[in-house]
Amino acid sequence: MGKQPGVKLIREDGLRHDGRKPDEMRPIKMEVGVLNNSDGSALVEFGRTRVVAAVYGPKEPIQRFVLLPDRAVLRVRYHMAPFSTTDRKSPAPSRREVELSKVIREALESIVLTEKFPRTSIDIFIEVLQADGGTRTAAITAASLALADAGIPMKALVGGVAVGKVEGVLVLDVDELEDGNGEADMPVAAAPDIGEITLFQLNGVLSREELEQALEMALKGIEKIVALEKEALKRKYEKIEVE
Amino acid sequence: MDKRRIVVPGERLPPETIVRDTNYVYEYNGEKIAAVVGLLDEREKPVFLPLQTVYVPKPGDVIIGLVSSVAIMNWYVDINSPYVAVLTAQDFLGRPFNPQQDELSRYLQVGDYIKAKVVSFDRARNPLLTVRDEGLGKINTGKIIEIQPAKIPRVVGKKGSMLEMLKSQTGCEIFAAVNGRIHIQCKNPEMEPILVLAIKMIEEQAHLTGLTDRVKKYIEELKVVRGVE
Repeated sequence: MGKQPGVKLIREDGLRHDGRKPDEMRPIKMEVGVLNNSDGSALVEFGRTRVVAAVYGPKEPIQRFVLLPDRAVLRVRYHMAPFSTTDRKSPAPSRREVELSKVIREALESIVLTEKFPRTSIDIFIEVLQADGGTRTAAITAASLALADAGIPMKALVGGVAVGKVEGVLVLDVDELEDGNGEADMPVAAAPDIGEITLFQLNGVLSREELEQALEMALKGIEKIVALEKEALKRKYEKIEVE
Repeated sequence: MDKRRIVVPGERLPPETIVRDTNYVYEYNGEKIAAVVGLLDEREKPVFLPLQTVYVPKPGDVIIGLVSSVAIMNWYVDINSPYVAVLTAQDFLGRPFNPQQDELSRYLQVGDYIKAKVVSFDRARNPLLTVRDEGLGKINTGKIIEIQPAKIPRVVGKKGSMLEMLKSQTGCEIFAAVNGRIHIQCKNPEMEPILVLAIKMIEEQAHLTGLTDRVKKYIEELKVVRGVE
């Protein structure tokens, strides 16, 4: 989207353009097992950002040359639907999507216990249905839920959220407008249960103090996200009760 | 109900928890941590039961396989696992096999189900099957139902109680293989769909208590509704 002149991101009362406090996330919705044909699936919404993830496997890899003798291969495809943006997005995988697929794969590789299933592949398909900023962190959150739903052993659940800097203020869970007009954007993914950060990127400039503060904000947000993930997973089984 | 609860990946389990399958629990700083969504049953000694598993072959397992392709000297068999199993011609026929004079598709074709035993499997090589034992070989009659492998112990029940109940209620022969496939043979063909529905119910409600009685009631109801004796 890029910079739009004259956009006011922080209102005079100190709230953000959509009325959130700086450390407030957008309303989050999660649902597990939304697809029938995949082994595991999840739908995650951060405000208007909506992402669905599907997991297949572990299974015999379709391309035999990708298999690894000592562990499973993770294959991740992050894709934005043509209707996910304001202008139609070409459905062909763009440079950005290929890169994000790699980044998301690496964020998940460290927590999936791939050594349990050598010579197999685990396929993760992530489809952004509607993009409003923070799609990569929502994608990681959805993929983590879908992996758990598929019964693939993993060390812990991962959640992701981005911290940005707009008009000199650090804000949690940036949306498209803040991302395009802000000074910095820092997506973070982590597994709070085992205290591991699995994704850490920074676009823009932050001072050392700001970075530390931003990371703290992100980790706090991730703790909430992972708690919601746990709830969503439990809800799937609690739904099946006897009448 | 507090004694049985759902745990999610990353949750700590009590240190004395019994772990039946080490694939689904890992140790971190000396603590046992769940790696998948599972049920922690603390009614007696805590037991962790994964709710969804992937079948990993073990030597000695009796499984139901689906022939997926025919090669010159062997068949490739889908055993509902990431690993494709191999069944050799000599083993199936019990005699030497000469591919110049004979063809394997005469004996087993793609789509045939077989009951077989896993001879060997390790992380480096695909599983090898044998049918050289009593009751093993091609499955010619009945129906195969596929469910989540994690739910098979529930279909069998404690000391086979659920299986016994299903058999006596429906009069069908049932064989539940560890890889998630169930072979049913019913004398009364109208009983077949009832049994399938009952097994699907067990799969769906495997994490709940008092299932045997509920399934029994369900079958009795179905029998009345459908007018099956």
